[in-house]
Amino acid sequence: MNGSAPLTAAPADKTRQGGGTGIAPETTTGGTDVEYLKSLQRRRPFGVWFKDKGWRHLVGCIVTVFAVFPLLYVLSAALNSTGTLVGSNALFSKIDFGNFTALFDMPSRPFARWFGNTMVVGGVTSAATVFLGAMAAYAFSRMRFTGRRVGLLTLLLLQMFPQLLAVVAIFLLLSGISEVIPALGLGSQLGLIMVYLGGALGVNTYLMYGFFNTVPQSLDEAAKIDGASHAQIFFGIIMRLVTPILAVVGLLTFIGISGEFVIASVVLTDPDSQTLAVGLYSFVAQQRSENWGVFAAGAVLSAVPVMALFLYLQRYIVSGLSAGAVKG
Amino acid sequence: MSDTELREDTDPAQSSALDAAPTPSGRLAGSARPRRSGPEGVKGTIAKIVLLGLVDALAVYVLMMLFLSQSWLALGVSAAVVLVINWIYLRKGGLPAKYLAPGVLFLLVFQVFVVMFSGYIAFTNYGDGHNSTKDDAIAAIQLTAQKRVPDSPAYKAAVLTKDNTFYLLFTDPQGKASLGNTETPLAEAPGAGKDSTGKANALAGYRTLNFQEIVANQQSILDMTVPVSANPADGTLRTADGSNAYQFKPSLKYDAAADTFTDTTSGAVYRDNGKGAFAADNGETLSTGWKIDVGMENFARAFTDPSLRGPLLGVILWTFTFALASVALTFALGLFLAITFNREDLKGKKVYRILMILPYAFPAFLTGLVWSGILNPEFGWLNQNLFGGAPIGWLSDPFLAKISVLVVNLWLGFPYMFLVCTGALQSLPSELDEAARMDGAGPWRVFRSIKLPLLLVSIAPLLISSFAFNFNNFNVIFMLTGGGPRFADTDRDIGATDILITLVYKVAFGQGTGRDYGLASALAIIIFIIVATVSAISFKQTKALEEVNS
Repeated sequence: MNGSAPLTAAPADKTRQGGGTGIAPETTTGGTDVEYLKSLQRRRPFGVWFKDKGWRHLVGCIVTVFAVFPLLYVLSAALNSTGTLVGSNALFSKIDFGNFTALFDMPSRPFARWFGNTMVVGGVTSAATVFLGAMAAYAFSRMRFTGRRVGLLTLLLLQMFPQLLAVVAIFLLLSGISEVIPALGLGSQLGLIMVYLGGALGVNTYLMYGFFNTVPQSLDEAAKIDGASHAQIFFGIIMRLVTPILAVVGLLTFIGISGEFVIASVVLTDPDSQTLAVGLYSFVAQQRSENWGVFAAGAVLSAVPVMALFLYLQRYIVSGLSAGAVKG
Repeated sequence: MSDTELREDTDPAQSSALDAAPTPSGRLAGSARPRRSGPEGVKGTIAKIVLLGLVDALAVYVLMMLFLSQSWLALGVSAAVVLVINWIYLRKGGLPAKYLAPGVLFLLVFQVFVVMFSGYIAFTNYGDGHNSTKDDAIAAIQLTAQKRVPDSPAYKAAVLTKDNTFYLLFTDPQGKASLGNTETPLAEAPGAGKDSTGKANALAGYRTLNFQEIVANQQSILDMTVPVSANPADGTLRTADGSNAYQFKPSLKYDAAADTFTDTTSGAVYRDNGKGAFAADNGETLSTGWKIDVGMENFARAFTDPSLRGPLLGVILWTFTFALASVALTFALGLFLAITFNREDLKGKKVYRILMILPYAFPAFLTGLVWSGILNPEFGWLNQNLFGGAPIGWLSDPFLAKISVLVVNLWLGFPYMFLVCTGALQSLPSELDEAARMDGAGPWRVFRSIKLPLLLVSIAPLLISSFAFNFNNFNVIFMLTGGGPRFADTDRDIGATDILITLVYKVAFGQGTGRDYGLASALAIIIFIIVATVSAISFKQTKALEEVNS
């Protein structure tokens, strides 16, 4: 009996699904059908229901608790002005905004500056990355030249070696630069952005290249016949058609850069110029338990924009992620 | 879902652009064809000239600064780069280069060059005490190894300030006044005003600090060492209280002809030991050395130095374990969840999905820090609430710390695998499933023999890049445990959860232990080699996998 139960349930589900998403006008017959099947379902014993779907809910609940708990914990710690690690253990026992006011009231740890710095560094880097990557992808997708295949393969290879491996060399290079042009060397956000742009090509170009190829070439040709220059085709036609992938690459870059710690911690030494990742780390590096509440408030404030953006554009990001994989 | 969804997203954009396309091209057809280099062409040319002009102006500034600092090699390379850029954009044709040049330039400097530079540093002894040329090191030794000249006269001193810089005004026993600071050697100050005791205390253009100001700036005043002359061997003047000063001379005397330092009191002779430092006959070296090429020594040291070899092997082993286990765990949980929720008719599926994606959206660097609070042995939530305050060392016991790191990385990584696996599962044709069931295969058999192999084809490249990513997953480790708990059998800052990249960071920029850029770069080169080998092998494997399946 146990063996046959899922079999009978499966076709029932299929039809119900068809009734739900299918043609709306046929409500009379479809409706009774659904009701009949629903009554069938209701009559199923708990064991059968559990074997078919209940365990899925159980798994869902367990994993959801695992996934959400740390987030609730940090939110509760942020709202609890007791401020220490021990004081944060009773979740949501106390709700006030003391930590948030304290956060913006520390001259030695300028949270507002860090937030601004992260937005500037992340924003400029991702805008420039999108632009540089799109130009390269346009060349690879629309032009045929010697070294094209090798170039694409090289980009694919280079992404295996993240920049942070060369952090020592980057540090020494920037300290050399700061002796000549201090504005681009150690301690300067402009220097940091330049370093990040070294990774502008690579995986991004590959993602964009795949997407550019889906835009029909006949569009360019039509425009070319009408007398458009290559720049007009690029800015006027291609860039507008590939907006989704530009958004994905820009967002992924922004998320990546705003959480980048290694290079930023080495380049940005002055607290006023640091980014959130470097600054918030310094919050808890030495006295983890004393500063906990204020750190949690900072963590919540810095996570919220990124998470909101991510969830808002979730569909595009997911498709971008797996498109990179499937096409790569 | 992956591919199809992407297409779906573009389709409306494409069709709307197709609708819109006739407008600009129509205008172009009407106006642009008779005069091809018409307004648009002029605008483009102007934009090009302006942009190139800006770049060149910046380049000229950089070249001038390089010229002034006499960095001839950098000057030559930069000049060549500027010429190439101008050639690319000013010549006719060569269109691909015009689009590729900016990105490639940054790529070459900040990805390719820095990697080669790492390779070079790995063969030097660059680091604390070895960060400059030999001449700089000799001057620095003479400046730092100073002793008060025995029975030397006491100078009277006053602290002056000008443009936020401090100066010391000295009066020697003969009553002669002279002025200087650390950067400017002593120079006579004839016009100095004197007080009743004959001590010079004022100078036109400078302001004299009062007692409170001297106390407030005590540290920077005590740190001032005023060279008596431009020659460091002549010694310096220093003050301990802002009112009296004494002459100090190098306790190590440099003999330029023999290239040796002699300790003026003990008479010990320090010679260039060929390893970038001056060493005495008994092996004692002076702390300030200079940068030299040391060949393979950094690599040899990594695998022979007893305080490094054992821990390093442990770190390499753990790096592999961590990366492999992270991929395996996240993939297993992600795939399991994807299968669990791959039912159209499951109530609340969307809610589960959103809630389970949240960890992926949470910034990675914060994850480690937040979890370090939860897992804190003394005050953390886990021990206090679930284990009744028992001090279980989730982050301080070597084994438990490894488990904790893996669990936290699972938390961070499973949503990604869940999303990717869901996409791949949904793109499998449902007929396969039905046909197999018709043939009498059970759900496990269908999964094991049909779905999993097909899934692996599209997911394998992702698993490889996930491995490469976790191999260098700095943030989770560094923010959660900082690499700790430290190994007991070494005095270096290496711990049970350190992976290679955190070790590189700690060796190069660690607090407390000196910076050793040479060793750090050597370790980075080792990572390069490992990652390259692993990805080469695994990509070959996946190609084989693809061929087998197709």
